[in-house]
Amino acid sequence: MSAQVRAVAGSGVPLLAVEGLAKVYPTGKKALGGVDVVIDRPQLVAVIGSSGAGKSTFIRCINRLVEPTAGSVRLNGEDIVALDRKGLRAARRRIGMIFQEYNLVERLSVMQNLLSGRLGYVGLFAALRYRFPPEDIQAAFALLDRVGLDGYHDQRADALSGGQRQRVGIARALMQRPELLLLDEPTASLDPKTSRQIMRLVRELVAERQTPAIINIHDVALARAHADRIIGMKDGLIVFDAEASALTDAALTRIYGEEDWSRPQDADDEPAPAAAAPGSLSLIS
Amino acid sequence: MTTAVSYPSRWRAPSIFGSPGRRLAFWALVAAYLVWSLSSLNIDTARIIAGLPRAWTILERMVPPDFSRWQLLLTGMVESVQIAIAATIIGAVLSIPLGIAAAANLSPRPLYLAARGFIVVGRTFHEVIIAIFFVKLFGFGPVAGLLTLAFSSAIFLGKMLAEDIENMKPGPVEAIRATGASFGQTFFYAVVPQVLVKTLGVLIYRLDSNLRHSTVIGIVGAGGIGQTLSASFSRYDFDFASAILLTIAAMVAFGEWFSDWARRRLR
Amino acid sequence: MTAHQQPPRGSAPMRGYPDQWERYSPRERFVRWLWLAGIAIAAAWSVSALDIEWAFFADAHEQAADLIERMWPPRWSYFPRIVQPLIETLHIATLGTMIAIVFALPVAFLAARNTTWNQGTWLIGRGMLVLSRSINTVIWGLVFVAIFGPGPVAGICAVAARSVGFIAKLVAEAIEEVDAGQIEAVEATGASTLQVYGVAILPQILPVLIGTSIYRWDINVRESSVLGFVGAGGIGLLLYASINQFAWSQAIVILIAILGIVIISEALSAYVRSRIV
Repeated sequence: MSAQVRAVAGSGVPLLAVEGLAKVYPTGKKALGGVDVVIDRPQLVAVIGSSGAGKSTFIRCINRLVEPTAGSVRLNGEDIVALDRKGLRAARRRIGMIFQEYNLVERLSVMQNLLSGRLGYVGLFAALRYRFPPEDIQAAFALLDRVGLDGYHDQRADALSGGQRQRVGIARALMQRPELLLLDEPTASLDPKTSRQIMRLVRELVAERQTPAIINIHDVALARAHADRIIGMKDGLIVFDAEASALTDAALTRIYGEEDWSRPQDADDEPAPAAAAPGSLSLIS
Repeated sequence: MTTAVSYPSRWRAPSIFGSPGRRLAFWALVAAYLVWSLSSLNIDTARIIAGLPRAWTILERMVPPDFSRWQLLLTGMVESVQIAIAATIIGAVLSIPLGIAAAANLSPRPLYLAARGFIVVGRTFHEVIIAIFFVKLFGFGPVAGLLTLAFSSAIFLGKMLAEDIENMKPGPVEAIRATGASFGQTFFYAVVPQVLVKTLGVLIYRLDSNLRHSTVIGIVGAGGIGQTLSASFSRYDFDFASAILLTIAAMVAFGEWFSDWARRRLR
Repeated sequence: MTAHQQPPRGSAPMRGYPDQWERYSPRERFVRWLWLAGIAIAAAWSVSALDIEWAFFADAHEQAADLIERMWPPRWSYFPRIVQPLIETLHIATLGTMIAIVFALPVAFLAARNTTWNQGTWLIGRGMLVLSRSINTVIWGLVFVAIFGPGPVAGICAVAARSVGFIAKLVAEAIEEVDAGQIEAVEATGASTLQVYGVAILPQILPVLIGTSIYRWDINVRESSVLGFVGAGGIGLLLYASINQFAWSQAIVILIAILGIVIISEALSAYVRSRIV
């Protein structure tokens, strides 16, 4: 698989520039100790590290679901940390987020969940009656088709399987036409095959839409197979940041600690042909 | 880059009523009901509007509450608490035979039906209706209130007890019966241990709700703080009335907190 | 007997079994007795302090028999006169519940820890809950009769005032139990706070709101049957008047009618709730 990276015609301002981002929780726990990351082209960036290394805090500090203690997050030049509530809401519209537990509104239909990605653009009463502009509805149907859930729009979210829910979650995030995607352990609740399908979908979407994505992930093999770039975190600090191919055993030891990394992986980690399994995504749209 | 597929640009959220027609029917029904009910009540809007300034003066006279006659207030409150406690205990005692009689798995069919019928009829009538009958029988005063709440507690507790007995596991009852135990022995060794904790919880809950009800039966002369409150309203003694209302609210809130706390301790 | 006296097998000493067994330790038993004594004292204090005039009990059964005799047979010709007040009773319960639903929703959001703005607004919400819930419908009736004068309007307000707290408390508990992840996800799309409430929370609490409101409605039918005692409209007015005029054969007709509407509305409420959930 050719993990192609397309450079944007240099505009000078990076897509995302995180500087000195730190978070100390009220309990005194220091979750992030000054993190610097620059993303200057649409790429899939995987963040790996042990549980408690600060991955989840890092990703949540970017759209301020967790309020950072210090530092700045510049999205296309605008500092999100400095924004007031109204400005923050406007910025969040430009950042799509995908969650481990999918976090769909369970009692609503797939279409209602997708349209909630456009809430930032309609008033309260239109939102309550689900009256959205026709182009949003068209976009929603197109996205559903793209993630392989054509015809599912009136299904209730709690009637779907895990993989299907995560596809709805991805489509909801893409409804925002985001400039950045944040994915918090999107595959941790899924079986290995579905996980790979979801990762492949995310990688294709990053390339198609020229949108950078930051993904927290536990599974190093998945990260290696699909990400363009890997960031390793330990104790709230970045200890590794390079292309995926540069992730050596020595680097893994730096991130996770001592372990025999040269032991062969399961054959399961080899990417299977897309058409092999029934119900897998069709890659050609 | 035009795609061959074109996607629909219209979509309507599924209505919780099933279809748009049914939703329309629902709201039409609501509107029709409102028109019918409001017109049949002959609400005199002019009088309500005229009453609004009066409402303001009443509210003004309610503030600040007048606690200077606290002795009267205290006597009424203590009487309400006493009625509640005594009624709960008497009601609990009476509920045991009623509960056993109304449990389908313990009592013979005719007795069961009679007990259930008694519970259904007794539960239907509001405490105030029952109180007015006891007032007619025993005269004004706390005795009527005590009997009212004892009666409705017995019915409530009897119903809960009957349901608990019906829901208990039949195994232990059979096992104890198999040892040759009598009805009484079976009851105390197999039934009581299974239903005791839950029954105690219900009892505490009932004490709490008796406390609430004891504040209202005084309105028909059945004793307690309700009588004092009713009198203060009829004398336009609004600042004293607001003091009584606040005290009732505080006591009921405390009762609810106590009941929650005690039931949590039971677990 | 002799066979039993031999120690079983080798030199192992005979185990001594206790010949006494108690269910509770002495301390446990002491605490239990303390509880029982406390209850007994509370009962004794309550009953003795009530100044019960035992003389009244002597002829109570005669009085009761007399009452029943006078009630029977019911004066059915009176029934047409109570139809309108019965309908009024149902209207009071229904309109009061409807008003309560409208007010209960904002109060519930105010009183739920995860949707209220700050500690101050939470306290206001909780205060409204406590005040509404701890005052009985009939007492609310007294208050509103003082304000609006006698009539069904006071009754509707009384029912609404009591029901707001009842419905809002259960809905607030449902809001506090809403899945936080679903809220977080909608928040992350850049939705406003009210949109989050409407889109992420409302669908999740709607079944609770509807179920609770229907349940409260059937309680309210029962409550409305006595609101007339304080002049707040409904059938209670006629019942009170009949009893005060010793028109017992009329009173029994009213009681049977109340029995009918309360049982029917209870059954209806149970049926609708079972269909919804």
